[in-house]
Amino acid sequence: MPYIGSEDTVRDLRRVLSNPNVQSDQLRYRNTILKVIRAMSQGVDVSGLFSEMVKACATVDIVQKKLVYVFLCSYATLNPELSLLVINTLRKDCQDPNPMVRSLALRNMTNLRLPSLVEYVEQPLTAGLRDRAACVRRVAVLGWAKLHNLQTNSEIDAAVVNELYSLLRDPDPVVMVNCLRALEEILREEGGVAINKPITHHLLNRLKECDIWGQCEVLRILQRYRPQSEDELFNILSLLDVSLISPHPPVMAATLSLFLSLCSGLPAVGLAALERVRGPLLAACGNTSREMQFTALCHIQLLLRSLPGLMGEHYKRFFCGYAEPAYIKQRKIEVLVELVNDDNVAILLDELRGYCTDVNISTAHAAISAIGRIGRSYSDKCLEILTELLGLKQEHITSAVVQTMRDLVWVCPQCSRTVCSAVEGCEAEIQDSQGRHALLWLLGVYGEQVSSVPYTLEVFIDGVRSEASVGVKMELLTATVRLFLCRPAETQDMLGRLLHYCIEEETNMCVSDQALLYYRLLHCGIEETRKVLQCRRSDPSLGVLIGRPAEPINQWSYIFNTLEPLRPGAIETESATIGGSPEHMTFDPKPNNDLSDTLSYSFGKTVRSGESEHVQCPTIFRCSPQSLQAAMQLVNIQTLAFTPPHTLPWRVYLYTNTQNKHSADTCHGTLILGELLYTGEEIQKKSKDEENVGVEARQDKREEEREEDTAEGRSEKERVKKNTAEKGIKVTLKQQPRDEKALKGFLSVLTTVLHALSSE
Amino acid sequence: MISQVFILSSQGDHLIYKDFRGEAGSDVVNLFYEKVTALTGDQPPVVMRHKDVHFVHVRQGGLYWVATTTADTSPFTIIEFLNRLTALVKDYCGSLSERSVQMNFALIYELLDEVVDYGYIQTTSSDILKNFIQTEAVSSKPFSLFDLSNVGLFGAETQQSKVAPSSAATRPIQSSRDQGGKSEIFVDVIERMLVVIGSNGVLMKADIEGEIKVKCYMPTCSEMRIGLNEEFSIGKSQLRGYGAAVRVDECSFHQAVRLDEFDSLRILRLCPSQGEQTVMQYQLSDDLPSAPPFRLFPTIERDNGGRLLMYMKLRCDLPPKSAGINVSATIPVPKGSVSLSQELSSPDQSAELQPQSRAVVWKIPRFPGGTQLSALFKLEVPGFSSASMLEVGPVSLSFELPKITATGLQIRFLRLSPFQPGPAQRWVRYVTHSDSYTIRI
Repeated sequence: MPYIGSEDTVRDLRRVLSNPNVQSDQLRYRNTILKVIRAMSQGVDVSGLFSEMVKACATVDIVQKKLVYVFLCSYATLNPELSLLVINTLRKDCQDPNPMVRSLALRNMTNLRLPSLVEYVEQPLTAGLRDRAACVRRVAVLGWAKLHNLQTNSEIDAAVVNELYSLLRDPDPVVMVNCLRALEEILREEGGVAINKPITHHLLNRLKECDIWGQCEVLRILQRYRPQSEDELFNILSLLDVSLISPHPPVMAATLSLFLSLCSGLPAVGLAALERVRGPLLAACGNTSREMQFTALCHIQLLLRSLPGLMGEHYKRFFCGYAEPAYIKQRKIEVLVELVNDDNVAILLDELRGYCTDVNISTAHAAISAIGRIGRSYSDKCLEILTELLGLKQEHITSAVVQTMRDLVWVCPQCSRTVCSAVEGCEAEIQDSQGRHALLWLLGVYGEQVSSVPYTLEVFIDGVRSEASVGVKMELLTATVRLFLCRPAETQDMLGRLLHYCIEEETNMCVSDQALLYYRLLHCGIEETRKVLQCRRSDPSLGVLIGRPAEPINQWSYIFNTLEPLRPGAIETESATIGGSPEHMTFDPKPNNDLSDTLSYSFGKTVRSGESEHVQCPTIFRCSPQSLQAAMQLVNIQTLAFTPPHTLPWRVYLYTNTQNKHSADTCHGTLILGELLYTGEEIQKKSKDEENVGVEARQDKREEEREEDTAEGRSEKERVKKNTAEKGIKVTLKQQPRDEKALKGFLSVLTTVLHALSSE
Repeated sequence: MISQVFILSSQGDHLIYKDFRGEAGSDVVNLFYEKVTALTGDQPPVVMRHKDVHFVHVRQGGLYWVATTTADTSPFTIIEFLNRLTALVKDYCGSLSERSVQMNFALIYELLDEVVDYGYIQTTSSDILKNFIQTEAVSSKPFSLFDLSNVGLFGAETQQSKVAPSSAATRPIQSSRDQGGKSEIFVDVIERMLVVIGSNGVLMKADIEGEIKVKCYMPTCSEMRIGLNEEFSIGKSQLRGYGAAVRVDECSFHQAVRLDEFDSLRILRLCPSQGEQTVMQYQLSDDLPSAPPFRLFPTIERDNGGRLLMYMKLRCDLPPKSAGINVSATIPVPKGSVSLSQELSSPDQSAELQPQSRAVVWKIPRFPGGTQLSALFKLEVPGFSSASMLEVGPVSLSFELPKITATGLQIRFLRLSPFQPGPAQRWVRYVTHSDSYTIRI
């Protein structure tokens, strides 16, 4: 923020500060310094007053001292030479009989952040560690951490580290916690403070003395500890049980985090802990602070991923209040969708319907799409509400409803009749491009069911010149061609006009290219066109799985109690995981809606990001989808979609999210997408025995392949692949970002599962 | 770990800025404000991110209280800390506003210095802090004639002097020790109601969140005993006595509260530290001990002129001696409603159409129990259709019920230990707010 006249201010202040009359009058002196600090926090550059302020430091008035220190710490890095003058005063203060003065001096000495001063600071800090007053020891302990970070490349002083470890037994709990914090920083390169059994038990025993901040810190650091025996583990857990239901949300969250990391091998105990925190978490949702409510809500969403039934009976707690901010309302709506069951669906839908007319447009949209998602399981009631909303004839609501209906029809084709009659005549209200997109898609795909479609499209085609959105134009092309296929007589004329316009006059390459494509396609004959355009209205070959299965806790436990869940869109909703709206892809310039296309493409072109393997277990395609899905979920692999059993070619799409736990500092995960393809031609002829041998052989070959890959390069690999191209199940993997280790692990897990399944 | 803390006014003025770790530049303040103002929604999300800097903020007193931190920090801790910081500032400065923060910036810097060191929270207990804080608070109380009216004529006890003025609890805690402030202790029982009433008048949801707060102005306070209703019970199974039980579902206490007499006598014992603290929190869901305080009987129709007629009858079911104050009903109306004509039953009420929020706001300053008010609103709605009726409602009420608790929780007595140095005045106050009181139409 520019501050007009700041030079004058600084000049005036300097004059007053150097006036001996002011200096002798304590109150006036202090008030002038106050003015300096005030100017500083308003953003005025008062660094020019540094030398005057250094002088003001030597005073007996503690308030003035504190003010001057605020100034000095802000500007010391700009004036390293002048700051040397302060050190003497500070060192003298460190000898002061008043512990408050001592701690103040020590703290500000280390806050100056000047590497040149380190040699003067070390001695008072060492003395500070042994000070009688706890407040001085607290400051001194953290002082060492500050000192270490000032000169990170220097040797770690073993004596200091030892002293800090011994201060873990300090009678003052804050000193103890500060020691942990300081050691964590000083020993960062060695992985932080050593957490062994005696230290753990010492910390746990003193947990009660700490205030909530200290408790959180201790609990966080204890996450690194691994108990040596099951008895010890359960002893620790029972000690922590009280903090798990603490009324303070930070303590509760930190304890649950620790619980989850301690019981990572005992899922049942983890689930029991989640049940236990239900009460405190719900209480946090009713906290006076909106921000705390929001945090609790976001974490409840995480918990629901593993225990979908956790909040079932408390669904009313997630009803939105009138005055709540939009970010809370939207999260609550997301939670409500997860809590739907047969008993409460009527009440929930009634409640959600009320939110659809919210003043905040994004809240209204969230509510509408929530109804759509519930519609996948309770389509009749939801469609009734959505149709009723269309009657409001409001632009944004109609647009959102049409988009929701499109998503719903994609998943539940049986709703198409109701949807078609509902969307008839609502084109006038939809102004935004996304809504028109959705409407055009619906009209194109279900053109034969709605009588007025040709007239509607004609209006669009007449207005195509003034259409701004490229996507809408392309969708219009597709919809018109589709309609032409089922109602040629009515559509022929306008299709001609549209194609003519798009090819001759349209400037956008994508649109004119697509028009050309359709034009040539029509030349090839009506059957060819039909094959290309009329295959996909809900992709019945891909049975999309509805309802989120319970995930294991360790899928999300590493982001529990971090800022991650609070980020918008951090928690994938159902529609996102299922890639739920593949029809969106058809609107893209390149209709690359087949996952396999992209997968094979990336595999074929760049071996770096794709990986293809063959697994010999042909019987797999006979196993039921349920058992396959269940088996995959046991190993944290989520199935996206698959073809029904006994169809050829048989495909499964799956994905997994792995977490790289080796590097603690950058905790990044990698996403693996996979396709299983079984064409089944070669292998069916073979006998069962041969297959079993084949498994062995393939595995050897795979090892071989790896070696060759590293040793000789790509060409060898291609050859090997060619040899085995038609055998077994082809596994194509794509990964983002690249992580060779995770990929190998994933492949071996997948192979094991497939073998296990096919041997059943 | 907290990297920086800063306080911004709603216009983006820098009020306080403190850098604890020296890792990120001070331009983050402007960055934050740009991010906040770039959003069109009514309130920005709690967590925002710019590269490696994560901003966590809370809004209190019309100010942004922001902490910057790293991604792996506990949001619970940071938000609880910011809330605690606002509470401390409120305790020390008397009230929470742009003005009070501006006037007391030196004090707030001092507080921050003691509370956080190198990004680590050291202590937020006012018992410890009071030894360190040296700066005097500057309170910004404007001169008011009402203050004079509390002075008894010739020292006589007037009626007013027995009632604490509402501003009594909004003064800095520290002024008491040298400005001759009274040593007072306030115990407040505050309840918030979350109610949804269906269109048929059935109570669909009723939650009460309550808390008992103690605000202590005494520099040192020995033990204090707070007696609750003897028939107070927790949970569904536990019932005490035969009379109308005061029941709550869940209940939690401040860690300093000793509960050894709670089970038998319902007495809380504690040594309050200076400043404000929440002694007990409780909640009750779906089971109100009495009828909901307000009921609405709406009639909505369109007249032959194409206007929307809303006839609202609002009944207050409180006991006759008590009253609701600052009652305001917000009635959402169809989009594009133009003009409003109104007939209200008494002159102190008012109503206006707010096109921004698409609602008619009906305000009733005081609403005595057992009475009924009615209002007739006529709205001009261009393009009115039968579907537009769907946009009317639900009505939300906001109100304040002084001297009433919805759960029936009462404080039987408030005793300070006999060893208390000097006399102390004790005040007990009850209030019920509407957190969200919605009536469907």
